[in-house]
Amino acid sequence: MVKAEISRKAADFFLKNIDMLIEKPVRFMEVCGTHTVSIFRSGIRQMLPEKVELVSGPGCPVCVTPNDYMDTAIAYAKNENVIIATFGDMLKVPGTSTSLYAVKAAGADVRIVYSPLDALQLAVGEPAKKVIFLAVGFETTAPLTAATIQAAQNQAIENFFVLSAHKWTNEALNALLSDPEIKVDGFLLPGHVCVITGEEPFHFVAEKYKKPAVVAGFEALDILQAVYMLAKQVHAGQAKVENAYKRVVKTQGNPAAQEMMAAVFQKTAANWRGLGKIENSGMAVNENYARYDALRSIPVQKELSKENPACRCGEVLKGNIRPVQCPLFKKICTPEHPAGACMVSVEGTCHAWYKYGQGRYHYGR
Amino acid sequence: MCLAVPAKIIEKDNMMATVDVEGIQRQISLMLLPDAQLGDFILMHAGFAIQKIDEEEANYTAQLLKEVAQDGEG
Ligand code: SF4
Repeated sequence: MVKAEISRKAADFFLKNIDMLIEKPVRFMEVCGTHTVSIFRSGIRQMLPEKVELVSGPGCPVCVTPNDYMDTAIAYAKNENVIIATFGDMLKVPGTSTSLYAVKAAGADVRIVYSPLDALQLAVGEPAKKVIFLAVGFETTAPLTAATIQAAQNQAIENFFVLSAHKWTNEALNALLSDPEIKVDGFLLPGHVCVITGEEPFHFVAEKYKKPAVVAGFEALDILQAVYMLAKQVHAGQAKVENAYKRVVKTQGNPAAQEMMAAVFQKTAANWRGLGKIENSGMAVNENYARYDALRSIPVQKELSKENPACRCGEVLKGNIRPVQCPLFKKICTPEHPAGACMVSVEGTCHAWYKYGQGRYHYGR
Repeated sequence: MCLAVPAKIIEKDNMMATVDVEGIQRQISLMLLPDAQLGDFILMHAGFAIQKIDEEEANYTAQLLKEVAQDGEG
């Protein structure tokens, strides 16, 4: 058999068995924006039987970044001595009254970088400026920021700073699961978060909340296989953490990356857009590296932050409503003119519904 | 944002490596994967190698899919 044929047959096998194993309607949540994109792009939602619904959780780092953070970044950007270095996704995220994109158009120095190391290079090349890296992302990305801060220290680079919004996904899942309104029967765990953390931080999902969870890869077949493994657990009445992505996710994760995070960050309460404040879910730069922390090293005056009351991103992120149930969806809020963060990032749930929905497919169920 | 892609290490100089990603070469840091060796397949994310790809496991997955596909036929 050629590869395409194997893939198709394997997909058929998974789908047939998922259909057989699942008796009553279930909802599985994916907690990674990359999964969301892959699921929509490959059309998995339509392939699955009606009784299996996939919902997107708070897995897009851009989407969960609150206005408060954006307003601070924007205030820094307006400072003439500052260069903001950021992943491209952050540019259009609306703050309370403006966006980085708008202040950049008005002359602020905002540069898109591909890696935090590029931001460090920028600092080397612009010694008269203060370069602030917008450190956004989950456990996959946080070790990179930590390593870059250590590199800055080793190379005695004094004009490099980070504004950290790094977050722990397991704490968000914990908060989500402790909410009695959440109706989820199992989780696709974020493969590239688990590459770093290993499986252990997610054991509570099975142990404390008795929900099955499977670490999933990102190919369409990886996801189908993980849904199949969830279906097997549901059928057998089990709740355990399994790994369907062993080629890169080791049980213990990446110890060097974990050590790097532990050396540079400390746990702190963090604000998640839509989910509110979650204890211990944020990563703040610790005392030892305080001089690299923008907030401690560069004073800033920002406007009073408010969330857009009409945006229902929060309920979307919890899987409680679908984007089409937001009155702004497609009418006022579009990827070109996003009203909320879930529409900005290509990994945002509203963005995915807009891009892949559009009436061509039926996503309504 | 947590997108990570497979790449092969084709040159290594201390904590930096040159990798090949589908014919395109890039410089990445090995600070988070200090044991990586020349010739290794790794997963890279925003300029860093973050894990080795276990080829045995990758082959095992491929084998599993083959069996599953055959099973589906019978
Ligand atoms: S469609 Fe726009 S306004 Fe509505 S929830 Fe999504 S991001 Fe918010």
